[in-house]
Amino acid sequence: MRHDHLISAKQLSRGDIETVLDRAAEIAADPGTVAGRHADTLLGLLFFEPSTRTKMSFDAAMKRLGGDTVDMGSVDSSSVKKGESLADTVRVIEGYTDAIVLRHPSEGSAKLASEFVDVPIVNAGDGAGQHPTQTLLDMYTIRENAGLDDLTIGIMGDLKYGRTVHSLAHALTNFDVSQHFISPESLRLPRGVRYDLHEAGAQVREHTGIDDVLDSLDVLYVTRIQRERFPDENEYRQVAGEYRIDADLLGAAKDDLTVMHPLPRVDEIAPDVDETTHATYFEQAHNGIPVRMALLDEML
Amino acid sequence: MTDTELRVSKIEDGTVIDHIAGGQALNVLAILGIDGGSGEEVSVGMNVPSDRLGRKDIVKVEGRELSQNEVDVLSLIAPAATINIVREFEVVEKHRVTRPETVAGVLSCPNANCISTADEPIESRFDVLEEGVRCTYCETIVRESIASHISAA
Repeated sequence: MRHDHLISAKQLSRGDIETVLDRAAEIAADPGTVAGRHADTLLGLLFFEPSTRTKMSFDAAMKRLGGDTVDMGSVDSSSVKKGESLADTVRVIEGYTDAIVLRHPSEGSAKLASEFVDVPIVNAGDGAGQHPTQTLLDMYTIRENAGLDDLTIGIMGDLKYGRTVHSLAHALTNFDVSQHFISPESLRLPRGVRYDLHEAGAQVREHTGIDDVLDSLDVLYVTRIQRERFPDENEYRQVAGEYRIDADLLGAAKDDLTVMHPLPRVDEIAPDVDETTHATYFEQAHNGIPVRMALLDEML
Repeated sequence: MTDTELRVSKIEDGTVIDHIAGGQALNVLAILGIDGGSGEEVSVGMNVPSDRLGRKDIVKVEGRELSQNEVDVLSLIAPAATINIVREFEVVEKHRVTRPETVAGVLSCPNANCISTADEPIESRFDVLEEGVRCTYCETIVRESIASHISAA
């Protein structure tokens, strides 16, 4: 894999994905293989939005590779509060670090940042756009649990604003995967994502309920429906209730169904699912470390 | 010169945009930033008969030659248009518009959450698709009412 920046999952070929996942599997099996490999590397963490998993796992991954990180801290305590543009911020930070991990609330922010700096930019989420490193750990989790070919996956929840969905759906087009998209009408995949999936030769199968497809799925990828997407609290409650899964519902699923979620969840997956063999979301979050280690090792 | 073109007077210096799809002349004027308030001398023919298009619009603008940027955006809503540059009553250049691969600095992204709409030192940029345009930054696709996304001139 050779990319100066990782902005979108659309950049990733099947070969790129397999390279990172293979490397991640090696690292997971024996973390010592990469210890100290990047002892002189300093990674900049620029998170303009709150993050727990992504930020901490990049921090941990870089340190486990022997490098270190510098963190911009919260927006409230940075120059952004004084009205500094993103273009200026990244041009300053590139002088301090060897690579920049960027999360920003605006779509296209990582693309913009990549136009202003020479150090690698890794998109850690740009608004409702893309989240390609989450996709790599999602793909790793899918490969470990269900395999990546001859697979049927259901992707459910907020498909319109869900950046993890946009990246994952595109990355899956590199493999022999049937994708089913389950969402309320108002939160269907955006036009741009559907366009890209068609261009990549994928069939976009859309459903408003999970009952149509649940028993055919090998993987169910659940995302959070956000309250702020609905003008009305009652409408939100009604929709959120329809896209909630629990152990009872999963009785109709295949025994080996893998249930994933990028987390944080609110109540779209009932706690009783945690106790079933389907639940894979905590393992998924843990996979962020070897996958981000592998990615940084490949890029730096 | 055809009878159709004689319906409005010849211009001395400027641009004649011919073979605009019928009904699109006002959008062409919007692209050129012409709203009548700044005194340009403009003649417009709308829905006049055309061998090629059935019905077409024509716009004649006195005293102004179009920039490449303006022609690029024009091509998105009037792909069959021909541009005639007139100097001293003679057509000195005549060419059809061609669709560019990208248009920069002319359209603004309709996605209010796109970084290109924030206060950043960049121009908006759109890739031109078979049908519509796509923001290079947030990847929003615009197919309808492209003229309504033209940035203020």
